[in-house]
Amino acid sequence: MSTSDNNSPLISLRGVSKRYGAGSVALMALKGIDLDIVAGEFVAIMGPSGSGKSTAMNILGCLDTPTSGQYLFKGAHVEALSRDQRARLRRRYLGFVFQGFNLLARTSAQENVELPLLYRGDSASVRSAAAAKALQAVGLSGWEHHTPAELSGGQQQRVAIARAIVTEPAVVLADEPTGNLDTQRSHEIMGLLLALNRDHGITVLMVTHEPDMAAYARRMVHFIDGGIASDMPNPHVVMGPPANMTVAESI
Amino acid sequence: MLLSVFMLALRSVQRNMLRSFLTILGIVIGVSAVITMVTLGHGATQAIKTQISSLGTNLLMVRPGQRGFGGGGGGGVPQFTEADAAAIAAQIGGVAAVAPQGNTNVTVVGNGRNWATGVTGSSNDWFLTGNWKLATGRIFDLDEQRAGAAVCVIGETVRREIYGGTTGTTGLGEALRVKQFSCNVIGILAAKGQGGMGDQDDVVVLPLHTLQRRVTGSRKVGTLLVSMEDGSDSTPLKASLRQLLRERRKLADSDDDNFNIFDTQQLAETLSSTTQVLTTLLGAVAAVSLLVGGIGIMNIMLVSVTERTREIGLRLAVGALESEVLMQFLIEAVVLSAMGGLIGVIIATAASYALSGAMGVPYAFDPSINLLSLIFSAAIGVVFGYFPARRAAQMDPIEALRHE
Repeated sequence: MSTSDNNSPLISLRGVSKRYGAGSVALMALKGIDLDIVAGEFVAIMGPSGSGKSTAMNILGCLDTPTSGQYLFKGAHVEALSRDQRARLRRRYLGFVFQGFNLLARTSAQENVELPLLYRGDSASVRSAAAAKALQAVGLSGWEHHTPAELSGGQQQRVAIARAIVTEPAVVLADEPTGNLDTQRSHEIMGLLLALNRDHGITVLMVTHEPDMAAYARRMVHFIDGGIASDMPNPHVVMGPPANMTVAESI
Repeated sequence: MLLSVFMLALRSVQRNMLRSFLTILGIVIGVSAVITMVTLGHGATQAIKTQISSLGTNLLMVRPGQRGFGGGGGGGVPQFTEADAAAIAAQIGGVAAVAPQGNTNVTVVGNGRNWATGVTGSSNDWFLTGNWKLATGRIFDLDEQRAGAAVCVIGETVRREIYGGTTGTTGLGEALRVKQFSCNVIGILAAKGQGGMGDQDDVVVLPLHTLQRRVTGSRKVGTLLVSMEDGSDSTPLKASLRQLLRERRKLADSDDDNFNIFDTQQLAETLSSTTQVLTTLLGAVAAVSLLVGGIGIMNIMLVSVTERTREIGLRLAVGALESEVLMQFLIEAVVLSAMGGLIGVIIATAASYALSGAMGVPYAFDPSINLLSLIFSAAIGVVFGYFPARRAAQMDPIEALRHE
């Protein structure tokens, strides 16, 4: 279950269960899983729908709490934290990338990227500099003032990735980041995530259906029926097609 | 943080211009209605007070006949005499001046022009009781009063119509023909201006004896003007005045008064309290529309929160605290309602300025009602914005992000 590493894990789940509903209609989405993730990993979380992978991602992202079990993030017991304490943890250590991008409409790329910094109380000049840097990292310099409607799907997802990394998080959680994109854009996005992981040491946790995309990860965790069916290193890690190197280089 | 949340709220208002405008329309109408009503009400009250105080402060007007403004003394009711005025001055405490007054309407001629005006005959006390000031010249001396000399003091309107020329001076020393005799203009009254009680400046004042002997040919006195000393209470004074007059007019205990005492101060209070009640009533009706405006804001904020569920989910996911999301929507509601209040104040200022001109009441800008309305409209934003804002703050980020 746990990776054989000398470092103490960044993330550690112990006997984590999640139950929805109560009584006869109760549904066990997670059935006591154990999972350790060390800093710097690139993990693909796979499995059919209803397997509990989304529930696991929500718990890993500190958006939800387990019904029972322990979740240690950097040694802190997340299951015991209040709503606002988890929000503070998210704004400090976590970045999110969603399947549907979730950019604010009629809002420039720059402002979308600045959003998480707003809640850290950063000044306008700090926000603007950090957002420009993050947009440059995803290869979108010069697109700062475009609104989502003026950007392609791939560009929108790159803005979303810039938003996720603008706070310089320890972990980026990507929930089917390529689900709404065509193959070429998907590979671009994956190359970007790979570069973030490789060059910036950001831990990446990614849920995906597509084996092609999961191939970028160095570790694959398969969920089935609320449990972990397999957890193994990726034997054929994709180092990123040459087409993505330009994006990676720009970081 | 607060500033950026404020900017965020402004941005969101600006993104939905038309909707924001419709949302605040209720507040705009409410605030402008309240302020306009109250401002006009205050103006009307002020106008009434000015008009009454221009009649004379602390003034009692005693007239023959039982009641009413136009007493005048119809058939059979005995008129007053100069002796009545002397008796009041001598026997009743707290009286500053008593002026017996006779009136008639005649056409006066001078400088080749005619003017139909009111002629008043009285003593020098008349100028005191009526708060009259001289623009130029002098009032009567004792000999002139006793002998009924051919002298007169004229009001500004008469002076302008007969002599023209410079306000307050031209006409002094000229001759003015009143009915059959010619009198010398020895003084000109300072203008009081047009009031709701008619043009008070349209007057020619003669010594009482002059009026009686040369114009009316009667020794009767139409009205007694009694002015009280400053600060004296009119109620006991009126009671003793009434008692004295009943004795002098030999009324039996069972008889009704055959004269009436008209108290300008009391009238002023009655009229201004009436307008104040009306103002309050109209203001209250208008305040109801403010409340309706608040409900409109709550409605739109609820719609807005539902529409922006995903945005709220995202904000929560990237680490917004409950209180920060609450603040964002609360400030948005307050910005909306305060903007409505501000626009309402501007509209009300224009409307009450225009309406007060049209209604002939002075424009009485009242900073307190404007400030109060602004604060109240912002408070409406807080009260009616709280529920939608709390709903936003308490959303589950996972469900919110999944919302379509």
